[in-house]
Amino acid sequence: MSEVVENEKTGALAGMAADWSSDQRAFKGVPWHKAMMWVFLLSDTFIFACFLISYMKVRITTTVPWPSSSEVFALTINGHHIPLLLIAIMTFILITSSGTMAMAVRFGYQKNKKMTGLLLVFTALLGASFVGMQAFEWSKLIFEEGVRPWGNPMGAEQFGAVFFMVTGFHGFHVSVGVIFLIITAVKVLRGSYDNETPGFMTGRKGNYEIVESMGLYWHFVDLVWVFIFAFFYLW
Amino acid sequence: MSEVEGQQHPISVYFWVWGLLFVFSAGSYAVDYMALQGNLRWTLILVFMFLKSGFIIAIFMHMVWERLAMVAAILVPMGCLLVFIGLMALEGDYTNLTRDTFFSPAPFVPVEHAVQH
Repeated sequence: MSEVVENEKTGALAGMAADWSSDQRAFKGVPWHKAMMWVFLLSDTFIFACFLISYMKVRITTTVPWPSSSEVFALTINGHHIPLLLIAIMTFILITSSGTMAMAVRFGYQKNKKMTGLLLVFTALLGASFVGMQAFEWSKLIFEEGVRPWGNPMGAEQFGAVFFMVTGFHGFHVSVGVIFLIITAVKVLRGSYDNETPGFMTGRKGNYEIVESMGLYWHFVDLVWVFIFAFFYLW
Repeated sequence: MSEVEGQQHPISVYFWVWGLLFVFSAGSYAVDYMALQGNLRWTLILVFMFLKSGFIIAIFMHMVWERLAMVAAILVPMGCLLVFIGLMALEGDYTNLTRDTFFSPAPFVPVEHAVQH
């Protein structure tokens, strides 16, 4: 690691040129699985961008009024009609889980087994509750509001197609994230990263940097929700 | 080696950003709760969205502490998306125009030269 050049603001461009033209390794000081996680997230960004851009396009092209998401996703509690309530709660849950994940990564840097494991478990629980609320939201929309991928009683037919496609794909990402959070938490808590035990599909030694890659994925899932929330639910 | 590659940041940074994310989320929900409409609504939605995503990428995903070679490799390709969005918005407007022109129910126009019986 002796070739790592200080990344001063003034020399950032020169440093980048040196990094990219250097032998063996362009991303200095970055574990390989972290660089690969970033590349995967970049490709995932393009997938979600394609969904959101197609949503933009069907919404621009349709001549039928778009259903008001504020009304569609409103909940009535104790006689109070509150717009988008469930979605707001889901947003706050995901933000909370992002915070616990960031903390888990921080304690992972310090190789603090107990705190990292606990925070990962807590993040997984929050993620699972998010998926649960999404299941509630889907069943409410399907069984009570009569929303289908090919039509709905409120307006433009494409509303259902976009909703199930975008939130379904995001919910799938959250579910996969919860599974991997549990796997990572188990590995942390049983000491696989302290003892550098290899994983079951690889001969490479386990280490706490894996927590950081896990964190990148989880923050990305939250990031996608920020855009879905803004463009699908609020716009 | 792992000591060199790990990052250490004060815990207060995380708590500050965490708190800010809650504030921004509350802000974007308030846009809908107060039923703001028009340009004000769309501007606020975008402002809160970019603030939230910016802080998540920069601090929680540690992008501000990465070297430029890494940052550029991830962020520059996303510029393509802006071109994609622009193209699709342009074409979308055109499709909407043609649908309005050719596929909407024809308005009733009295026939001027109808044959009188």
